[in-house]
Amino acid sequence: MTSRLRALAAAAASVPITLFGLVLVTFLIGRVMPIDPVIAIVGDHAQPEIIAAVRAELGLDRSLPVQFVIYVNKLLHGDLGRSVMTSHTVVEDIRQFFPATLELATAAILIAVLLGVPIGVLAAVRQGSRIDHAIRVVCLAGHSVPIFLLALLALLVFYALLGWAPGTGRIDVAYDGLVPPVTGLLTIDALIAGDWDVLTDALAHLVLPAGVLAYFSMAYIARMTRAFMLDALAGEYIITARAKGLSAARVIWRHAFGNIAVRLITVLALVYAGLLEGAVVTETVFAWPGLGQYLTVSLLNADMNAVLGATLVVGVTYLAFNLLADFLYRLLDPRVT
Amino acid sequence: MLVHIQNLRIAFPSPHGISEAVRGVSMTIGTEKLGIVGESGSGKSLTARSILKLLPGNAHVTADRLSFDGIDVLTANEAAMRAIRGKRAGLILQDPKFSLNPVMTAGQQIAEAWRAHRTGSQREAMQAAEDLLAQVRITDPRRVAGAYPHELSGGMGQRVMIAMMLAPDPELLIADEPTSALDATVQAEILRLLEDLVSRRGMALILISHDLPLVAHFCDRVAVMYAGRVVEELPAADLSHARHGYTRGLLDCLPTLSTAKPRLKVMARNPSWLA
Amino acid sequence: MSAAAPPGLRDWLLTDAPASRRQAAWGRRYRLWRDFRRNPLAMAGFLVVVALIALSLAAPLLATHDPGQQELTNRLAASSAAHWLGTDELGRDVYSRLLYGGRITLGMVVAVVGLVAPLGLTVGCIAGYFGGAADRILMRVTDVFLAFPRLILALAFVAAIRPGVTSAIAAIALTAWPPYARLARAETLTIRNTDFIAAARLTGATPWRIILRHVAPLCTPSLVVRVTLDMSSIILTAASLGFLGMGAQPPSPEWGAMIATARRFILTQWWIPLIPGIAIFIASLAFNLLGDGLRDVLDPKQR
Repeated sequence: MTSRLRALAAAAASVPITLFGLVLVTFLIGRVMPIDPVIAIVGDHAQPEIIAAVRAELGLDRSLPVQFVIYVNKLLHGDLGRSVMTSHTVVEDIRQFFPATLELATAAILIAVLLGVPIGVLAAVRQGSRIDHAIRVVCLAGHSVPIFLLALLALLVFYALLGWAPGTGRIDVAYDGLVPPVTGLLTIDALIAGDWDVLTDALAHLVLPAGVLAYFSMAYIARMTRAFMLDALAGEYIITARAKGLSAARVIWRHAFGNIAVRLITVLALVYAGLLEGAVVTETVFAWPGLGQYLTVSLLNADMNAVLGATLVVGVTYLAFNLLADFLYRLLDPRVT
Repeated sequence: MLVHIQNLRIAFPSPHGISEAVRGVSMTIGTEKLGIVGESGSGKSLTARSILKLLPGNAHVTADRLSFDGIDVLTANEAAMRAIRGKRAGLILQDPKFSLNPVMTAGQQIAEAWRAHRTGSQREAMQAAEDLLAQVRITDPRRVAGAYPHELSGGMGQRVMIAMMLAPDPELLIADEPTSALDATVQAEILRLLEDLVSRRGMALILISHDLPLVAHFCDRVAVMYAGRVVEELPAADLSHARHGYTRGLLDCLPTLSTAKPRLKVMARNPSWLA
Repeated sequence: MSAAAPPGLRDWLLTDAPASRRQAAWGRRYRLWRDFRRNPLAMAGFLVVVALIALSLAAPLLATHDPGQQELTNRLAASSAAHWLGTDELGRDVYSRLLYGGRITLGMVVAVVGLVAPLGLTVGCIAGYFGGAADRILMRVTDVFLAFPRLILALAFVAAIRPGVTSAIAAIALTAWPPYARLARAETLTIRNTDFIAAARLTGATPWRIILRHVAPLCTPSLVVRVTLDMSSIILTAASLGFLGMGAQPPSPEWGAMIATARRFILTQWWIPLIPGIAIFIASLAFNLLGDGLRDVLDPKQR
């Protein structure tokens, strides 16, 4: 037990400072705007007294450090401001939209791992063969294609041309709001409620955007798995394992893969966080009501509270996943004391 | 049990063409202790590993004959080789830091070797592992069985390797520089242990080393390799009567406390040895 | 570029006993080039990159039309003799827009790299060489910027300033520099305690001179590899910004923006959004192949 706590403590040691830096950067970005936010609210022709009053209310008449303190104070109270666009608080908005992104990201990474890891192992075991080259080409393509292009193409081929997938959005209008939101993840909620129609419809809508997102992570995961496996397969202990007369499958999975599993898990944690980035563009193309779309729409409307709030949430999530990856690595690798 | 090697050639492709690492090696090994001596790059490890077909994937292997107890290794498929590896012949590598799996405990690795060629439960296997650890003269078998390789010293690691390779009770043991990574005092212990176990079980041993006196001490016969060829083969007792220039050169270069030498000799290489 | 060096020059380059430092340096470069040439994929990437640069530089000469010129009577036309790749939704020539868009894309990439690589190298070398408080502070700063996914921070930054090419460049640069600092620092740490650095110190060299003349040049190969590989993701990020309307603004022919404005035609005149997309893909792929090839040649351990 203590080793676990020690691992957590070691991993978490640098977090507070990074968190502080994150908040600071977000705050500074918010203050970099060339447009005077007061004028943006009250207009060019407002009375000087009103301008002064609004400025005081927004705290903009104080010095920058004081403004930062006010900002941090608000954060600690869970106040991210109000969205000009939706007129809800940003916190409410995020609570509404974040689960959709989580659902998308989770589905994507499941697909990516189930496909990417075996492909990476195969490429490593058959290094230099045609299959290896084919896999490397596919992975390289995954690295080089812009996500939004792939999303558009996926819609074109699977929705417009083949009619296999339903259109954009998360669920059919007919099924919207039928299932009580327990977790915010439509598929899980539908499963809990036992509503198969909603479940199938939600899954059908999930397939295409999750598939597109998965392709990118899959390419990366396969590449990392291949690299790690090549490293592991070059080890002397692999010769020992083969000399023991073990089957090829056992040598590959129990010995080689067993050695890279920990590193791979940490990579996966980071990939999951990176999916948040890919989700921004994917959600825009598929009209998926998640945090990514919230961010882009707020951007177009210059809704800075929303933009900064969403950025901060994403940054914190990213940090949390980095922490998780670091923690898992220290915990699971017997070589790390 | 007999190993026949006749005109073995092992070549590797390189950016500048094919380079032959083993150039026509022939030898026979029976139930005896054979030592193969040579410097780095002489091809001794490759020769021994070819018996178990454990060469790198890009190696080109040809031979007039390469057989283990009548089984033709050259044409044998993986399944046939797996019946030989571990069960009938074992391989001990040089540095347990690298040759043991870092994420499995010593006990798990030995148990795995035991179970690979027998039917038995995991518990029986772990028990057998502890017994084997006791046989290789480890004083606290239970603790070592639960330890990871990085927690063991070099000497203990090699004992674990030996236990692991002896678990399936093979007929032949190939030891590829088993003591080169160890301190001098531990070297002698490990070799004595090997000699003891091999004699008691009636096994054959191929001991590969760059250390001529060590091999001469522990083996019945010695084969000297240079640049991919066997340059001399003779009984260990007759080593001082060696005739090939390279072997004589090796013997002359050995520092000794019994005779006074004004200057240590340096090996003078004769290009004709490469022919 | 695929012809071998003339025999006299080749011997001079490949000699085992170079007479001067310059000869040794050039000999090394030539050997690296020969190793690189053996890799067909890497050569392909290299040639495509060179072609891209050439086409972008020569865009004014190669374009058939003015990229901004609209021909509203000839909108959404398919490929023809006059318009090799057809026209877009405002009747502008897709081919010419593609060429000029390449200039913008490559220009952005070069600008970002020009900002980021020296900055990252400097920060990393200083942090690695001096260690102590400077190291800790600088690494904390890189941690903060690494804590944001690249696109998200770039978006927030661009939104705050004003969407456009310069803001996009600044935004991408802001998130792109930390990995280089990390890399340079790691390399510096391995070099710092070597004997030749100690020797330089003993001759009285100041730390700055040591960093500049000795440490930084040794960090350069892996940095070059990283930069080249990164260029592909910079291209993608820039295109994503353009697609989301946060990078180059219409009517600029930036490839991402072209796809965004033509998005609704994906089902009918599919070539209008698809062609710039393919261009992005080819550019990104070429840099990836080139970077992989460079890595195999310069730093095989990184494979």
